[in-house]
Amino acid sequence: MVKITIKDLSFSYGSRKILENLNLVVGDSEVLSLVGPNGSGKTTMIKCIDRILKPKGAILLDGGRDLQSLSRQEVAKYIGYVPQSTTSVLTTTVFDTILMGRKPHMGWRVADEDIDKVVDIMKLLHVEEFALKDFSELSGGQKQRVLIARALAQEPEVLLLDEPTSNLDVKHQLEALDTVRSIVKKTEISAVMAIHDLNLAARYSDSLVMLKNGMVHAIGDPSSLLTKENIRAIFGVEAVVMTDLDRPYVVPLRSLNAEAV
Amino acid sequence: MSEAEKTSKEGTIEATELKEDYASFVGRKVLFILLSLAGIAVLAGVAATLGSANITPVEVYSTILARFFPGTFHTTDFIDTIVWQLRLHRVLMAIFAGMGLAVAGAAMQGILKNPLASPFTLGIASAASFGASLAIIMGAGFVSGQWLIVGNAFIFTMLASLTVYGLAKYKGITPETMILAGIAIMYLFSAMTSFLQYIGQAEQVQEVVFWAMGSLGRSSWDKVGIIALVTVVCTLALMYFSWDINALGAGDETAKSLGVNVEFVRVLCMMLASLITASVICFTGTIGFIGLVAPHITRMVVGGDHRFLLPASGLVGALILLAADTLARTILAPVILPVGIMTSFLGVPFFIYLFLKRRKDYW
Repeated sequence: MVKITIKDLSFSYGSRKILENLNLVVGDSEVLSLVGPNGSGKTTMIKCIDRILKPKGAILLDGGRDLQSLSRQEVAKYIGYVPQSTTSVLTTTVFDTILMGRKPHMGWRVADEDIDKVVDIMKLLHVEEFALKDFSELSGGQKQRVLIARALAQEPEVLLLDEPTSNLDVKHQLEALDTVRSIVKKTEISAVMAIHDLNLAARYSDSLVMLKNGMVHAIGDPSSLLTKENIRAIFGVEAVVMTDLDRPYVVPLRSLNAEAV
Repeated sequence: MSEAEKTSKEGTIEATELKEDYASFVGRKVLFILLSLAGIAVLAGVAATLGSANITPVEVYSTILARFFPGTFHTTDFIDTIVWQLRLHRVLMAIFAGMGLAVAGAAMQGILKNPLASPFTLGIASAASFGASLAIIMGAGFVSGQWLIVGNAFIFTMLASLTVYGLAKYKGITPETMILAGIAIMYLFSAMTSFLQYIGQAEQVQEVVFWAMGSLGRSSWDKVGIIALVTVVCTLALMYFSWDINALGAGDETAKSLGVNVEFVRVLCMMLASLITASVICFTGTIGFIGLVAPHITRMVVGGDHRFLLPASGLVGALILLAADTLARTILAPVILPVGIMTSFLGVPFFIYLFLKRRKDYW
């Protein structure tokens, strides 16, 4: 089964091409990570899939419908977006923030069903103890969980995460990705994330997409993709790749084109 | 019960408990709205009793009710005239003008995500002043007769909003482009007003200055009707977009991902807020402060959910303007101060008190 098929996706800012002819398939209940250097198009790709940016090409859903032809509200029912790190500008409580995720499904009035769903999701992500706290008062790890909860409240088929581990310490990085992975496996939705850390990507993803200059360099499972050669080709970094707990992990040694000072 | 069981029991919060907590959280907001409504009803009665003719609150309320239930309540012709022809329309004007300015302010702060935004952010006040100056000093305008000043103020206000929209549209509708375009428009109209004042005669300039101070002295029943209609219709329309405005608060990208048509909502709400403001200030002159501060005061109490923030801000704005106008009429009686001066004197200490006392960061 397939959640999303992306065909010939291109995006440019003015004359500058950011993404060029990307083709990608996101399977059922799969964690797929986009990796690549800064400026390779990871975040742009996430935003294009959610139509926050307007790309060219087709984003086909499993019934064959093209996401590009749907209204924003329809898209919101299919795809949940977890932004990089939001500092919520206006005052809202955690409860209201997650309730916002029900927006594509509800009218002006909040139905009991919506409240029930928010409560269930809060318990699932263990954020219920600060339900009525202000979002801005939470720690980075708590904020990340609340943002994931909001995206889940949309009851999406696909979760998009933009750098879910940035601004988090090691413990919270692991917790955030554990949460994503367990939800993907439990609820059979799929997750696509843009992520910098190759080792975390390798550990938590079913497949990786290596991006370079807006193009796909390689797609595959972490073990076959994370090789010395690939890392040199896309990052320009000399690295050693080892295996631990059946997953590859990368120890970067030196940058290939940096001059010693 | 063992220690471990105890802590695990304390650590988890039951679903029903969560729902009850949230229900009472929402209930408090509804209670605040009801209390504000009651406050307005009481203050309106008090305001109608104050003035050069002495009337008791009981007489005021029975005079009002006598119109609706002629058999049940009784009044005299004298009191009837004072209440209905002199005071009540001014009281209602204060209520609806205050409500309109505050709702417009809450909406502007929401869509521009800026705590300093107010109905006047987009150059509206200076456009209205220019329109009025043009009418007073040059006698020129789009309409004629007694509606010249009003019509000019309204039309120039809407022109300013459309220009801001046009400029921002060219660069993409974001809070930054709208605010920058608004500031440019504001300075342009201020300069043109200054020019008119420079070439105008002393008494004309004085009239312009008085107009700009803002006053409810020009109120009448037809003006109240217009302001009430526009304010109520636009407030309901803005409330319809409450969820969209809430979503904008989480950032444009998040709002889009939640299904909000970001630019459309921002432009529509800006136009509705401008329409309310234009309809109010063309009759009253520029009454500042309320549109800026009433939403802030309200946000401190009911939080940032626009479903409650918009109507509650409106009621707080009505309360402030009504209180300010009542004081302005009585404090130096028989001299009536312009209400625009009074709103700041009354609201600023209260605002500073809340601002210092509450520890939370509101933006």
